[in-house]
Amino acid sequence: MSDLTFTDIPPSCAVSDPSAEGPERPHARIEPSKGWISLGLSDLWQYRELLFFLTWRDIKVRYKQTALGAAWAVIQPLLTMLVFTLFFGRLAKVPSDGIPYPLFSYTALLPWQLFAYALTESSNSVVANERLITKVYFPRLILPLASILAGLVDFVIAFTLVIGMMVWYGVKPTGAILTLPFFVIFTMVTALGVGLWLSALNVQYRDVRYTLTFIVQFWLIASPVAYSSTLVPARWRPFYGLNPMAGVIEGFRWALLGKAQAPGTMLWVSVAVVVVVLVGGLYYYRRMEKIFADVV
Amino acid sequence: MTDVAIRCRGLAKKYRIGERESYKALRDIITDAFASPFRRLRSALRHSSSSTPNEKPNIWALKDVSFEIKRGEVVGIIGRNGAGKSTLLKILSRITEPTHGHADIWGRVGSLLEVGTGFHPELTGRDNIFLNGAIMGMRKTEIARKFDEIVAFAEVEKFIDTPVKRYSSGMHVRLAFAVAAHLEPEILLVDEVLAVGDASFQKKCLNKMQSVSEHGRTVLFVSHNMSSVTRLCERTILLDAGSVTGDGPSHEVVSVYLKSGVGTSAQREWDDVQKAPGNDVVRLRAVRIITESGEVTETVDIRHPIGIEMEFDVLKPGFVLVPNFHFFNEEGLYLFVASDHDPQWRRRPRPECRFISTAWIPGNFLSEGTLVLGAAISTMDPVRVHFYERDAVAFHVVDSLDGDSARGDYAGPFPGVVRPLLKWTTQYSGEGATGARFGVEDSSR
Repeated sequence: MSDLTFTDIPPSCAVSDPSAEGPERPHARIEPSKGWISLGLSDLWQYRELLFFLTWRDIKVRYKQTALGAAWAVIQPLLTMLVFTLFFGRLAKVPSDGIPYPLFSYTALLPWQLFAYALTESSNSVVANERLITKVYFPRLILPLASILAGLVDFVIAFTLVIGMMVWYGVKPTGAILTLPFFVIFTMVTALGVGLWLSALNVQYRDVRYTLTFIVQFWLIASPVAYSSTLVPARWRPFYGLNPMAGVIEGFRWALLGKAQAPGTMLWVSVAVVVVVLVGGLYYYRRMEKIFADVV
Repeated sequence: MTDVAIRCRGLAKKYRIGERESYKALRDIITDAFASPFRRLRSALRHSSSSTPNEKPNIWALKDVSFEIKRGEVVGIIGRNGAGKSTLLKILSRITEPTHGHADIWGRVGSLLEVGTGFHPELTGRDNIFLNGAIMGMRKTEIARKFDEIVAFAEVEKFIDTPVKRYSSGMHVRLAFAVAAHLEPEILLVDEVLAVGDASFQKKCLNKMQSVSEHGRTVLFVSHNMSSVTRLCERTILLDAGSVTGDGPSHEVVSVYLKSGVGTSAQREWDDVQKAPGNDVVRLRAVRIITESGEVTETVDIRHPIGIEMEFDVLKPGFVLVPNFHFFNEEGLYLFVASDHDPQWRRRPRPECRFISTAWIPGNFLSEGTLVLGAAISTMDPVRVHFYERDAVAFHVVDSLDGDSARGDYAGPFPGVVRPLLKWTTQYSGEGATGARFGVEDSSR
């Protein structure tokens, strides 16, 4: 990753700004915002190159000065999987829907690590970039977005291992694998929705930073990573979907291994929850955004 | 409408006191929530209908600021600390929202509120140029096009692939300014960036800014450096306590600003001891530029001595106080510091009374031009600065063309920051002289 340079930028990023050249000078009005504000998505699109650069910065800086570098992306889920296999799989004999327990837990750890990283980083993104916020204008939504996208690299690296494990255990993917990108995006959108709330709250209340580790830990236990959601009685399962990571993880197992059942109602409950959290988060973030520079 | 670049109408910005300094902890909100019902109850019982005790006071950093800037104008913004200069730039660069009023901006805005924003120490110079450029709103293609130019301007060619954390502070600043200087917005907002770097680089930056304005771009330049404001900007806006108190040709506004004590820019007095610079130990009452005969003067003949006078009240006895003056030329170059050497008060605690200390600059020492100086009083052991008043007074040194100053009979530009009249001696080997020591060409041979 260290040899990632600017030449890797896809040409689509290099679109020139039409407003910069035309004879028509852009006009902007600066005034206090009132009531419901727009999400500023066109502004976000204008600044897509900055989103790319901040993501790239986060990726590039992440493993600087580490001895093992990007290997950490594999080591973390791998060791967690080994511990889970030993204690939950072997000793506690937690049922794993007929899937070999190491594979069972590793497929869940993939989206979980992505989610935990994205949630932590995005929640801290505004506070961590305080200097930028107080000195330059750019759409503030870029900050949590960039920190979430940076997590994808780790995910891709860790993902290579699951392919090896599937070959080892002789698990063949089914057509369900085509839905995998959806679950990856859904993981990130879930992290974004919660991250938007937490990052904006973090600006005003630094308590967020201290509770974050607890939230992530708590959430891990509440999600079917070490166990299967089939442990939850069938009639309660839709309620279990209120934890969107339950839907994501079961969906992930189904898409990748094709053995467990497709998550039905539970997934739709999760989707509904995420939509509500995301839309609310976007508006809350935009509302709080105007005081970021004054308070952070 | 097309020739207007910036138009502000009634811009105002309110800050709650303390809002900038600390974030809230949830704990405070909770304790407030529990405490306030009781407080409200108590105040109701006391019938004190006035302000509630937990209502925080507000500060208006800007109040009703209106002005219009035409395309291609270079406008300076000056004012004392806390006058609202930075808040104004923050609003115009969309970092923070105004509380009331609005501003219209026509054209792409680039803001330089701090050089090197977003520099990451772990990344190389090359990476940081791209990152910093993108943060300031440059396109990747644009940065790539100007890359070599930026590197050359910053003079860091050899270290371009070294992480920025290994750069010297000078290199760091040069690289950061180089990126900023190559930003090509139609409107450039600049805040004090020239306060860093060495003298030659500062000059390079000033020249670059001048060439920017020659390309018809609008520049808004906030500075404490009166001389660069007068040099770079035709027009200057003076802010005082959040309001526009002066707007016009730079030299006029700058002299209004420097005179904003009493009298000329060569004299400033503080009538109210409470508002005078200083603390509970000592307060500054006046600074004056005087001639040998003791008259306040704004213009000094290069050949004559100049007296810099500082009048101050010692409010608490027992401190060793060292008055000192800080001299800057019109390019903002720090010329020298003059620190009190009067043997009578050296290492001797001062009693509670009024003092006047005067530093004498000999004639035929300073170069011609405008000098801006700051006045301070410090205690050396332990080091403590009781006050430092920047831009306290200013004066002009005028060279003579009579032939008896350092320039002699040469009337052209005479460079240098000092212009001492030195003693010259000559030795020669004339006709018949033996043992010519310097082997001077003898025309008679």
